[in-house]
Amino acid sequence: MIAIKLLKDLTNLFGSLTILFLQSIYWTIHGIRTGRFGMKNLMEQMSRIGVDSFPMVALTGFSTGAVLVVQIGYQFAQLGAQRYVGGVVSMAMARELAPILTSIVVAGRIGSSIAAELGTMKITEQIDALETMATDPVDYLVVPRFWGCTFMLVILTVFTNVVGMIGGSIIAVHQIGLTLATFSDSILQSLKIQDIVGGLLKSMVFGGLIGTIGCYKGFTTEGGAEGVGKSTTGAVVLAIMFILAVNYFLTVGINNFNMAYLQ
Amino acid sequence: MIIISDLSKRFGPKEVLKGINLKIYDGETLVILGPSGCGKSVLLKHIIGLLKPDGGQVIIDGDDITSFNHKKLDSLRMRMGMLFQSAALFDSLTVEENIAFGLRKHTGLSDIAIHHIVSEKLEMVGLPGANYLMPSELSGGMRKRVGLARAIAMEPEIILYDEPTTGLDPIMTCAIDELHLSLKERLGVTSIVVTHDLNSAYRIGDRLALHYGGQIVAIGTKNEIINSPDPLVQQFIRGEAKGPMTLL
Ligand SMILES: Nc1ncnc2c1ncn2[C@@H]1O[C@H](COP(=O)(O)OP(=O)(O)OP(=O)(O)O)[C@@H](O)[C@H]1O
Ligand SMILES: [Mg+2]
Repeated sequence: MIAIKLLKDLTNLFGSLTILFLQSIYWTIHGIRTGRFGMKNLMEQMSRIGVDSFPMVALTGFSTGAVLVVQIGYQFAQLGAQRYVGGVVSMAMARELAPILTSIVVAGRIGSSIAAELGTMKITEQIDALETMATDPVDYLVVPRFWGCTFMLVILTVFTNVVGMIGGSIIAVHQIGLTLATFSDSILQSLKIQDIVGGLLKSMVFGGLIGTIGCYKGFTTEGGAEGVGKSTTGAVVLAIMFILAVNYFLTVGINNFNMAYLQ
Repeated sequence: MIIISDLSKRFGPKEVLKGINLKIYDGETLVILGPSGCGKSVLLKHIIGLLKPDGGQVIIDGDDITSFNHKKLDSLRMRMGMLFQSAALFDSLTVEENIAFGLRKHTGLSDIAIHHIVSEKLEMVGLPGANYLMPSELSGGMRKRVGLARAIAMEPEIILYDEPTTGLDPIMTCAIDELHLSLKERLGVTSIVVTHDLNSAYRIGDRLALHYGGQIVAIGTKNEIINSPDPLVQQFIRGEAKGPMTLL
């Protein structure tokens, strides 16, 4: 019985998220076609997402790059493979760690704040008020947040990669005893453009997930302040679960694509 | 004309509306009275299509709006304004941006023209110069009045007021009533007003309806209501705790 209920809930959730996603796409196309796309709103969301996530993302990127070099650097140095350190670390960052870690940080900071903001608007009737003014809440609220998360996650992931490599190179030079040239040559030799593009593609999808889930949790908020609290934590948990699950399929898909077409 | 027939709505096991029947004529002000929690706000939300009924119809100018799609609802809502009981101001926008919301979205007016309209509306509700305050900086009564300014900004033909004067002092209440009467005079607005303030109801209402137990139990002009033999009506307008009307 419980299993059936769980399955039903999960199906409903998938359905609702898909509908919200399709509605955002519809309103985006509608906005572009009528020339009324809310560019100002989108810019506002992007700068908010960027500013709010920036410090945490920088810290995460820097420390991940540094730690990776410590872990990999010593092992490789013992085997006499110093000149592969940069390549392995940058590949791990670009393909997997930067997109995943950036998304998890953004899910915690932005997914939760979107859910809290929209949830508060829901329980204080502001969303009803929007509708009475002939404004679709998906158009006005979801579209800028959806695209804001999607675009900003790509930008933030690039940033995580860069900061990670800076952190890594500092450790490589000062702890492992590599020269900066060895480290960076290794990166340039091993890291391929498809590693970076594949990683950014992932973060784009994760960004869309964070935005959609945050808005969905906001819109379905019920009750008072307690309800807002539930939606907020719910949005983070759900977003991270989706990110981890979807990441597996994206990784497999991207690898298959690379093997079929790029090697 | 707005015709509400046999409108029913339940939330879970709770039957809130049990067959509401009501007619509102063009240019008329209908006041809805009733005990707290009887479903007055729920009724207003059905009239502007925010809630879908379980049964019955809301017919506005000949069309049943309960079967309207989004597009049709939106074009209907362009002709309507609603003041929410909680005011429901957008708390991330300034007072001016709140009032200008519909104008910016649905008219091609210039920023200067919109600014003038906003300032004029703010003056009408007794808040001149409040343009750049945030909703969090306003008192409860001030929020209500900004909500009112927002509801009338597009000069709608039909306005729904959910307790427009709750939380206002007697002088401001009277001023808002005057504003209501002048809008009606000047623009021929049709309005439905939910209120707990009987003095205000008598001042502005062409007819008054008593909502109780999910139904409209009495309706009539001020005099008809005051002289009604119905014990429910008498208890309600005298504000007596004892009588046939039980608190929910
Ligand atoms: N979205 C909802 N979900 C569940 N129950 C609701 C909902 N909205 C209203 N109700 C219930 O419907 C009933 C009527 O609510 P409503 O807000 O219309 O009362 P009201 O007549 O406006 O009262 P008041 O004069 O205090 O504003 C209440 O018992 C309330 O609990
Ligand atoms: Mg109410």
